[in-house]
Amino acid sequence: MTNEEVKKVVLDIIEDVAPDEDITTLIAEESLRDQLDLDSMDFLDIVMELRKRHKVEVPSEDYPQLATLASCVSYLTPKMQ
Amino acid sequence: MSEDKRIVITGIGLTAPNGSTLKEFRHNLIEGKSGITLEEIRYMGKHPAGLCEFDEVKYQKKKTRRRGTRAGSIAIFCANEALVDSGINFEEIDKSRVGTYLGITEHGNVETEEEIFLLHENNLDTTLWSHHHNPRTVSNSPAGEVNLNLKITGPHYTIGSACAGGNMGVIQGVQQLILDEVDFVLAGGVSESAQTFGIFAAFAAQGALGSHEDPTKASRPLDIDRNGIVISEGGCIYTLERMSSAKARGAKIYGEVLGYGVNTDATDFVLPNTERQIQCINKALSKAKITKEDVNIVNMHATGTKAGDINEVAAVKAVFNDCTSTHVNFSKGHIGHAMGAAGALELAGNLLSFEDGIVHPGINVDNLDPDCAMKNLVINEAKNVGSENINIILNNSFGMLGINSSVIIKKV
Repeated sequence: MTNEEVKKVVLDIIEDVAPDEDITTLIAEESLRDQLDLDSMDFLDIVMELRKRHKVEVPSEDYPQLATLASCVSYLTPKMQ
Repeated sequence: MSEDKRIVITGIGLTAPNGSTLKEFRHNLIEGKSGITLEEIRYMGKHPAGLCEFDEVKYQKKKTRRRGTRAGSIAIFCANEALVDSGINFEEIDKSRVGTYLGITEHGNVETEEEIFLLHENNLDTTLWSHHHNPRTVSNSPAGEVNLNLKITGPHYTIGSACAGGNMGVIQGVQQLILDEVDFVLAGGVSESAQTFGIFAAFAAQGALGSHEDPTKASRPLDIDRNGIVISEGGCIYTLERMSSAKARGAKIYGEVLGYGVNTDATDFVLPNTERQIQCINKALSKAKITKEDVNIVNMHATGTKAGDINEVAAVKAVFNDCTSTHVNFSKGHIGHAMGAAGALELAGNLLSFEDGIVHPGINVDNLDPDCAMKNLVINEAKNVGSENINIILNNSFGMLGINSSVIIKKV
């Protein structure tokens, strides 16, 4: 997958996990939690959906890599080749 | 009796297969309109079932709906509707003195079935099992979702009492107010049963799953051609408070909970016991300090099974047969069996009789089972007896493992 494709994967999951939020104005380099009403349970959901939909494992020590949209893309893209 | 010990109903929120406001529900009960439709049930094909149409996110965010349960979303909708109906300024009352007590038949089957379905779809990979499973399936879940939603810090729990659940929620609320544990109560019952295949499969295995080519005719209590229960979801939550507080704030009062009876057959897992039902009804009459002649409407549990109907008719006849002004009806012909919600919903369906003087009918009785014939049975057509002739309603709700409940409401 390209960076753009991985970005779409992440956005699709966030849209499902946080359906009340507007994700069209997300700033890629800023913290997702600062921009969206997301808590630790939501991040568990994001990890679960990555596993379920794309067979991607995110070990707990790597959860900080999911802090921003940009860091999600750079962390996940090598895993989704 | 002190007005601090008299408990009244001041608000009603509900969703039933044939209506999601009290006015719509009442209208359809009087008009004989069924809410049963043919629905696809997982693994089982199409079966008659009662599903509710209401806005799940009218009072909660989409995210909390996603995290929660169908029963919780029913409860949140009903609780908020009841609060609006009660006219109380909820922002200003002490939330630590509010109690939420919801009757349930069962809880957690919907989520568990879904997780097991996904488990099999994914080669039994348990790492895909949702971390939401536990908070969704703990048995206090529907009541807890209400308190989360409304920021209520008083007690919340469910009362597991099979199909007597709706009545039992109300009874629990009354008791907690009388005990001065709380000052304001949200109480009733909810059910998400129609969202599981297991309950359909189990009733089918028991030979007790209602069917008919026309789904609106499938639930037919007391009819000789009935063939079982039609499973529904639903909810009904009341606001309960002391007569003193209701009067002080000038609240509309639907009725006073005058008494109740609860007991156990202790004879069978599923088969009813007429003698115990009689004892339960008499216990309620005694607690209410009224005579049987004072009762104007008896709403039967009447599920549409032969054993259930005949045993209950025998109990109602044993108590009320010589009463001239006691009318008998039932509600499951219209809405199917809403399980944990049934008792609370069916009571709500009759409460407006105090105002309009109409006894709504039990429907789908094309050929009355001779063993179910009794005096003043109101079937197929509503009966207008005049509001001056309806002062007391008795609501029966019975459940598996032999739990019986009767609630008595008096016009205020």
